[in-house]
Formats: sequence, structure tokens, C-alpha cells
Amino acid sequence: MSTPLAITDTATMLRRNLLHMRRYPSLTIMLMGQPLLFLLLFVFVFGNTLGAGITGVGGGRSEYLTYITPAIVVMAVASVALGTAVSVASDMTQGIVARFRTMPIARVSVLAGHVGGALVQTALAVAVTFAAALLLGYRPDAGAADWLGVVAIVLLLALALTWLTVALGVAADSVETASNTPMFLLILPFLGSGFVPTESMPAGIRWFAEYQPFTPVMDTLRGLLAGTPSAHDAVLAVGWCILITVLSAIWGVRVYHRKVTG
Amino acid sequence: MTTSSITARGLRKAYGEQVVLDGIDLDVPAGTVLALLGPNGAGKTTTVRILCTLLPPEGGTVTVAGHDLATDGDGIRAAIGVTGQFSAVDPLLTGRENLALMSDLWHLDRTAGRQRAEQLLARLDLVEAADKVASAYSGGMVRRLDLAMTLMSDPQVVFLDEPSTGLDPRSRRTVWEIIEELVSSGVTVLLTTQYLDEADRLADRIALLDGGRIVAEGTPEELKRSVPGGHLRLELADQAALAAAQQALGERARRVGGTLALDVPGDGSVREVREVLDRLEVAGVEVERLEVRTPDLDDVFLALTGHSASQESSEDEEAETDHELEAVR
Repeated sequence: MSTPLAITDTATMLRRNLLHMRRYPSLTIMLMGQPLLFLLLFVFVFGNTLGAGITGVGGGRSEYLTYITPAIVVMAVASVALGTAVSVASDMTQGIVARFRTMPIARVSVLAGHVGGALVQTALAVAVTFAAALLLGYRPDAGAADWLGVVAIVLLLALALTWLTVALGVAADSVETASNTPMFLLILPFLGSGFVPTESMPAGIRWFAEYQPFTPVMDTLRGLLAGTPSAHDAVLAVGWCILITVLSAIWGVRVYHRKVTG
Repeated sequence: MTTSSITARGLRKAYGEQVVLDGIDLDVPAGTVLALLGPNGAGKTTTVRILCTLLPPEGGTVTVAGHDLATDGDGIRAAIGVTGQFSAVDPLLTGRENLALMSDLWHLDRTAGRQRAEQLLARLDLVEAADKVASAYSGGMVRRLDLAMTLMSDPQVVFLDEPSTGLDPRSRRTVWEIIEELVSSGVTVLLTTQYLDEADRLADRIALLDGGRIVAEGTPEELKRSVPGGHLRLELADQAALAAAQQALGERARRVGGTLALDVPGDGSVREVREVLDRLEVAGVEVERLEVRTPDLDDVFLALTGHSASQESSEDEEAETDHELEAVR
């Protein structure tokens, strides 16, 4: 299959997915609302105490907002990815996928179209999250280069989580399964450096929190947004994202191929 | 017209222990219709899925429109159109958007694609519903949209898996007319059906499939001629006349259920009819009504397989449906 064909067909599939989103915006809105809910909950309900706990005496709600915004951004990415698993799984139950298989189109285009659609949704969700944080008084210290870094990390994370959930959606036996299996993605930021520093956790959980992929991603974002990026975290974050993307894409395409071939 | 558009030799497929296709040979000349006729579970859908590249065979060779399945799946896919049993439309898009999607995936020129879509919408009676989402369509409308999507690419070879199952009479007639138009424009059609009248009306040749084998193949006329099953049906006025007629005709006359009718096997020739009526006249039996019945495809099926085409073996049916769903997922 030649490359231009694969790109044209993926663009067609992307248009199809965007049309779905435009026609049924409720899912997109729900996925974007979820992280906002967490933002409001943690800033207004827990923010004062947690802020004081993290930054010492004198810290409070606004310090905590600065601390958790990167985690909420990651949750926004994960939340969109959750929706992708559902839309891929429901696609797989439709005869249209069998039709695509009887046509001379690039095989990867069906899944790649979903990934493209999810990236568009992610961009929206992350923009909304930042806008909400800014409205609440969040003032990042990132310079232009840092912002570029933020965009790159968010994009890499979105690619990784989307390919992962595309694969989970393809592998799921039903739409219900597909909506449940990726739920762990929303839990992982809590079991990392997202909401409280890992040093405050008991030994076993702390070990997990420090080594799981979300922690370097959130730490990198936090560093970039504070204008003090850490190369060590960034390398880990990029490495994890690329690893997850590649493994998931290979797995997803393989399972897709096996399922539609029967 | 003499070249074969679809050729299959020794096609085999099994799901674990269960053999679904046990050596199928097919030849469909270009521009003709072959109907695969058989009960559920006979292997019709599996055959179609293999021929349209959805399912790899376990043995045998296939060429479609001059392309070898083993080496040139893309060549086959570029030449065919497929309408399966399960609707292959995007339920979240409108009819028109579904056709536009096909146009884009076939890389048709934008104007040409739009024209083709409008033609097909008109031809398949979908103009009014064109801007409604397909999930709001009735079963018949979905099937017609499905067919329109299949025809967007102007395929040389069209596979139709039970094209009229579950359709209302009007949609069914529309689908039949479309198939006839396709064939008259030179398209090769392979369709599967459980309906004898559908095969009889549309097919140039019929292959009877049973238990994964082709048990007979020929034109509808050839198949009907190949089996006995013709008879005279005599309707009589009352029990007394019935008894008298039975006595006059002897053992060959069979009673039809609990009615006042008798069936006398025969080929329907004038000589035979005269002979029967002469006997009855001699015996003084008055016949109310007489009907000469020639065998239909159901008789053919019954004679060749020992069971009726419309009678379903539910176990096989479930097995095949399960595999189909599995494959679709």
C-alpha cells in the first residue's frame, strides 16, 4: 500500500470521525467536563488544606492550583482516550468495518482515523482545561520554548494513550468492556505525582508512583509550566510515550486485522 | 462473454472440527448471475466471504475478475462490490454522507462522485431520506443504502449475500430490478439466497449448496428437469368420489393430506392426462378440477438433499451465525 493512499484514506476516516463528533457532541462534552469537575473539586474542596500540606505554612488554594494543573491536563488526555476506546469498539460491532475490508483502502486508515479524531478532541479538551485553570487564577511561568515543550509532551501522551485505547477498543468483546477496561487511566494520575508528592506516600505505593509512566509526564509538564524544566523527567516521559505508542499500535493493528479477517 | 469472471477450485474451510466448505468448485461467466441456493448453515455466506477476500480459505484456488486471491487481494477488492447480510452502512452518517464516504474511499473525482451518489439515491428510492441519519432508516431503506454504497464504485463483480432477506415486497422488487439492470450492463453477480423464487427469477445458473458441498449445478430449467416431482392433482366432490377414484387408479394415486384431492405422479404429457381421465370416466367418477404440476426448485432441493431448502437446521445456522459475528467483530 503506497503512502499517499494511506494518508488520503486516513484523512477520509478522520473526516468521518469528526462528523460523528459534530453530530453527537454530548460524548465529547462529557469527556471534557470530567477533568474540569476534578479541577473544581480539588481546588475548591481540598485545595486549601492540600496546598498548605504541599508547600508548607503560607501555602493554600492558589499554590495547589499550580501544583495540580499538570495532573488535570493529563486527566483530560486520558478522558478523551477513554471515549476513543468506546467509539472504536462500537465501530468494530458495525458491518461498515467489514465493508472497508472488502475495499482497496489502506488497512491502517480505519484506526489511524480514530487516532486523528482523538487528537483533535484532546487539543480541545486540553485548551478548555488550561482556560478553566487560568480563570481560577492559574498563572504559569513558562516561556515560549517551555510552551512548545508542553505542546510536544501533551501530543506524545495523547498519541500514546490514544493508540493504547484504540487497541483496547479493538480487542474488547463489547462496547461495555471497552468503556470499562481503560478506566485505570483515570486512576493512575492519583497513584503518581499528580495530586500529592510521591514522597508523602507509604513505601509500596511510593515505589509504584515513582516508576509509573504518568509521574515523569506530569513532572515534566509541571517543570515546563513553572519555567524550570527537568531533562531527566523529559527523557523518561518521552521514552514512555514512544514505547506505549509503538507497542499499542502494533498490538491494535494486529488484533484489528485478525478480527476483521475472522 | 465466455471468460469466467469468478472461478473457484476445491475451496475448503473449517472452523475447528466443523467443516463448513468441503471442496467447492464454481465458474461464473462474465455478465451472468449465479445463485448459491441452500439452507442456513450450508456454507453460502462463508463462500461469499472467501471470494470477497474477507476470509482466507484453507484450501483451493480463487480468481475474481482475473485476479488471484492468493497473490492479488487488492486487485480483487478494486473490482468488486459486496453487500452482506449484516448492514454495512455507517449508522451515524446520513445516506448522502455514507455515499460521499464511499466516493472518497474510492478516490472518485468530487463532481463525478456526487453525480453518481445522486443517481443511486434516485434509483434506490432514497432521495427523501438522503439527509436523514441511517440509524433512523427502516430495514428496507438500510438495505437499499447498503446496495447503493456497493455500487458507488461501478464494480465489475457484485456479491450479494441474501440480498432480499427481511425486505418488504416493494424493496425486494426494487433490489431485483437493480440486479437485472446490473447484469444487462455486463456486471457479473453472485448471490446467495434461501428463496427459490428469487433464484428462479434472477439466476442464469444455480448451484445448490448443502452441508458445504455443491450437490447440483445448472440452469433453473435443467435442475427442474433433472428430478421427478411432476404430477396431476385431481380434486373430487366428496368422499365417495374419492374412494371410487382411488380404486380406479390403483396404488399410484396418493391422497393429499385430509383433503378431497389425489396426486398422480407423471410428467404432465397429454397422453398421460388422457389415460387418467379415461380410467376415471370408465369408473364413472366426476372430477371437479384438474391441475398439472411441474417440479419447482423446492422439489429439486428435496430430491437432492432429502430436506427442503426453506427448512432450517437450527444447529448449523447458529454455528455459522456465530462465526459470522465473530468475524465481523
